[in-house]
Amino acid sequence: MTRKQRRLTIIGGSLAVLAVAAALVLNAMRDSIVFFSTPAMVMEKHVQPGKRFRLGGLVQPGSLVRGDNLAVTFQVADGRASLPVSYKGLLPDLFREGQGVVAEGALDPSGVFKADTVLAKHDENYMPKDVADALKKQGLWKEEYGARRNDGARSETGSGASRAAQGAPQTGQGAMR
Amino acid sequence: MIAEAGHYALVLALALALIQSTLPILGSRWRDAALMNVARSTAIAQLMFVAVSFAALITLHVSSDFSVVNVFENSHSMKPLIYKITGVWGNHEGSMLLWVSILALFGGLVAMFGNNLPLSLRAHVLAVQAWVASAFYLFILITSNPFLRIANPPIEGRDLNPVLQDIGLAVHPPMLYLGYVGFSISFSFAVAALIEGRIDAAWARWVRPWTLVAWIFLTLGIAMGSYWAYYELGWGGWWFWDPVENASLMPWLAGTALLHSLVVMEKRNALKVWTILLSILAFSLSLLGTFLVRSGVLTSVHAFATDPTRGVFILLILCIFIGGSLSLYAWRASALKQGGLFAPISREGALVLNNLFLTSACATVLVGTLYPLALEVITGDKISVGAPFFNLTFGPLFLPLMIAVPFGPLLAWKRGDLLGAAQRLIGAGVAALIAVATVWAWTLGGSTFAPLAIGLAVFVIVGALSDLAERIGLFRVPLGTALQRAGGLPRSSWGTVFAHAGVGIALIGIVCETTWNSEYIGSMKPADVARIAGYELKLDGVRSSQGPNYREMIAQFSVRSDGRLLDTMTPSKRNFTTRGSTTTEAALLTRGVSQLYISLGDIADDGRIAVRIYHKPLVLLIWFGPVLMALGGMLSLSDRRLRVGAPKPAKSMRGLQAAE
Repeated sequence: MTRKQRRLTIIGGSLAVLAVAAALVLNAMRDSIVFFSTPAMVMEKHVQPGKRFRLGGLVQPGSLVRGDNLAVTFQVADGRASLPVSYKGLLPDLFREGQGVVAEGALDPSGVFKADTVLAKHDENYMPKDVADALKKQGLWKEEYGARRNDGARSETGSGASRAAQGAPQTGQGAMR
Repeated sequence: MIAEAGHYALVLALALALIQSTLPILGSRWRDAALMNVARSTAIAQLMFVAVSFAALITLHVSSDFSVVNVFENSHSMKPLIYKITGVWGNHEGSMLLWVSILALFGGLVAMFGNNLPLSLRAHVLAVQAWVASAFYLFILITSNPFLRIANPPIEGRDLNPVLQDIGLAVHPPMLYLGYVGFSISFSFAVAALIEGRIDAAWARWVRPWTLVAWIFLTLGIAMGSYWAYYELGWGGWWFWDPVENASLMPWLAGTALLHSLVVMEKRNALKVWTILLSILAFSLSLLGTFLVRSGVLTSVHAFATDPTRGVFILLILCIFIGGSLSLYAWRASALKQGGLFAPISREGALVLNNLFLTSACATVLVGTLYPLALEVITGDKISVGAPFFNLTFGPLFLPLMIAVPFGPLLAWKRGDLLGAAQRLIGAGVAALIAVATVWAWTLGGSTFAPLAIGLAVFVIVGALSDLAERIGLFRVPLGTALQRAGGLPRSSWGTVFAHAGVGIALIGIVCETTWNSEYIGSMKPADVARIAGYELKLDGVRSSQGPNYREMIAQFSVRSDGRLLDTMTPSKRNFTTRGSTTTEAALLTRGVSQLYISLGDIADDGRIAVRIYHKPLVLLIWFGPVLMALGGMLSLSDRRLRVGAPKPAKSMRGLQAAE
């Protein structure tokens, strides 16, 4: 083989691998990414039953009902709409009525959001960032949601500490499955 | 006083770094040895001043001086001493100080042990190192100063995030940073080579030990972090494809590729341009990781806007260093002479293949990590890219790589014999098939993928061992001779065997844990028994106790197997009064390399307690694998050839050229 042929072999091989990688990425993008919605957005967009998404909002006070064998139901609301959620399993440490929550799952035909994961991905302000942003965007944000522990110097402290050193586990990182 | 001294020492370190980033370069321009040697003294002095600064912050934390904002926000007088110390880097400002301390440490080490480097190369390397250092000193001093005082000092601090009050914080961040920041050395060497326009095999020989050190620490740091998340978070998961984790995985992938391409460059003087690019990329990805984690951009792009100075500052550093080094690369890389021809099927070819797959895998992780950010900025849609995405992209790319791993070391340099290598791997292939058949028969009707993956892992492990057997002539020569040869084998060959076997072992752990992990979730009252994977776990009772800065509810389980009492397990929930937050302390029982794992949920009004129990088969192999890889790295590092300070190229290279 000449130098040129060798070089072409290597370049061809590289392109082939890169093409495979790109194809894999595009394929995975189509199937395995999950969108974030609030109850109001779910109502507006008429999300199909069975389509997975992340639901974020506030746990409606007084709506938490514990059933047999760790089954729970609660309402997630964003001030304009609310959606019933059913879940079976252990709720995260930071799960509270009246506080923010993010659940992952899909709607069933009767319109109940069947969650297989309840995320506690937030800091001690009890407000997931995604939920806070969505509420702010819809003009439904109330200052007391974030005010819980902002007695100190900066409101950012909590998330700063929970992000701590790089790669360190964060508060509630991960999911209840 | 101490805070001010620490602050002042940091300012002095910045001044020294500024001197170090200019004078040596001028010295090299003017061929002035005295000016070039300035780099050495400043690098060591810089290390001393940063060490003083770091020690000052530790002192402040240990003495609970709440007049300092950083201590007030992250410490508490009742906190155990160890967490007072580790709490220093359990927050943004402190962890940045740790970052620059380690950067200065590496610079100082190059200055101290780089006596055999050509004078101008050392001057350039240390100057580039000082550019990075200056940028980060400025960042700390302007946006994240840990030494700021509070006007009216409070009496008590706000305590460290309870999740971080764990021995993991003492080990994981320093190790991870030693890895991250260690790649700055290969970066500095690469940029120095580009500035000088000169690079040879000796360059690879100097860079390899530093890269190896960084890689060993990064490997251990990631594994440690994964184990920490596994036992501390109480989900029983060990890898979440969380952006923070991806941020550490990307430099690891690039660094692994770099280690392999450095071998080609050192042995065959080929792949120079590519190796330089990888050195730049590995550190760029470390910087990107620092940006992703430190700017707050990950929680939300909007969080970025709430404290813009930090994010923008790091983004600026990121752009200057990545953009600058890549421009320099585009400008100067063509000046580097290519050398060392090789056929596609050869050791070099195999290493190129390794690089190709590792960098592609790294690129998919990068896309998966940054795509949600990009989409949110462009369209405002919020999406999450989770495990399914990475399983579909990362997995298929790693598969062919794993098949290729055993072939690499068996191929000859320049032109290899694929058929010959395949013949020598027949043993490994047979072992793999037996493994597939056994596992498949044993778990009949279960997953078909798992036995195949285990077969692949066995192929990698036995392949690594058969490479070793091949080298020492095991079974061909008398055992004594073989053992003698084993003793004489270069340590780096042993390193390869261990590192490659480690990959296979980790794969077995991953496959077994994900496929045959069993789980029990339920609410239990005292004297209830849960049965899982042949174990009986009886809840004996629940009691509460008082820790130094928390109250604890402890549940006691007695574990029986076949009616025989094995041990008791005591998972607990801790309530930290200062922050009003709760952590779940899982209980682990290790049986061989498998584990039982209990974590607690809430207590109901009727006294029932929610419990999750897992049985995780062979789970420990997930972390034994990386430990073995790191061990391989250490063996390789102890090879005479690579010992820091071993190569004497300037003379011998000239000698070689004269002989030609």
